[in-house]
Amino acid sequence: MTGVWVAVLVTAAGCYALKLTGLVVPKSVLASPRVRRFAGLVPVALLAALVAVQAFAAGRSLTVDPARLAGLGAAVAALVLRAPFLVVIVVAAGTAAVLRALGAA
Amino acid sequence: MTDTDDRPEQRARARPVRDGIALGLAVGVSGVAFGAAAVGSGMTVAQACVLSLLAFTGASQFALAGAVAGGAGLIGGVAGAILLGSRNALYGLRLADLLPRRGVRRLVAAHGVIDETTAVTLAQPDVAAARLGFLATFVTIYLTWNLTTLLGAFGAGRLGSPQSLGIDVVGPAAFLALIWPRLRAGRTERAAGLAGAMIALATTPFLPTGVPVILAATAALISPQPDSARPDYPQPGAP
Repeated sequence: MTGVWVAVLVTAAGCYALKLTGLVVPKSVLASPRVRRFAGLVPVALLAALVAVQAFAAGRSLTVDPARLAGLGAAVAALVLRAPFLVVIVVAAGTAAVLRALGAA
Repeated sequence: MTDTDDRPEQRARARPVRDGIALGLAVGVSGVAFGAAAVGSGMTVAQACVLSLLAFTGASQFALAGAVAGGAGLIGGVAGAILLGSRNALYGLRLADLLPRRGVRRLVAAHGVIDETTAVTLAQPDVAAARLGFLATFVTIYLTWNLTTLLGAFGAGRLGSPQSLGIDVVGPAAFLALIWPRLRAGRTERAAGLAGAMIALATTPFLPTGVPVILAATAALISPQPDSARPDYPQPGAP
């Protein structure tokens, strides 16, 4: 159990250090147009990757969970209809929950 | 617009706060999933809560919980979790101009540099709105995430499973909603998003959990050049 505590604290320290690093890198680095462009596109690439992984991955294997994909499909539909953020989330989770409750997926 | 002059300004202030609170509440509640997952994986309630308080970055926390559960070496689990947190450094790079530049305020703000605060902050039209959006999102999600982590950790096994509530869809749906305006903004963004998703999925079977998402950052390097100069702050919902 001590090992897990060490893991928790080292992870926390590392994560904080990384957050701070981005804020304190020298201005000269930020001034480069290439860095700016990279930093601008990175959230799009990473968040899209998170969507894909959380949609299709179970650990290191790829899976198709019909209820989860239906939930995401519902989210896309809500987004196309310009629904507010909370509505998108509730529609997505609700769709998956209802499908699972019905045993349809 | 025939209204009094201060109304647009009030709206300009209300919007980032409203966006931040809405997003913070919506995403923060998935702390219940983390709390439940962490205790389910063999961590104590205290360990789950300390991780939420001090690491405060969901993907890394889930990654570490997964490593504890899988019995894979803890060193590998820690490395994966920290690597997954490296995207926050890239977000910080983008936010540095918009957040406090020095002192304790910068040290505190740094803790709030995560996916959700970055998305809300960059979606605002100017620096003042960006700072408000950051603050509203950070405070809301920090309180909600930590409170629901505690609830989830205590309730693990007593409530329905997170799956039956559709909680596993909350994360991807939230991230999708966050990048939606960027995906609509232009071809470069769509290319970067698509490439990032493909890289992550293609490498998932071969790399430790968490690494494929980091690798997806390279999609920001290989994407085509933007068509033309665009404003620095993308505006979601703008037609």
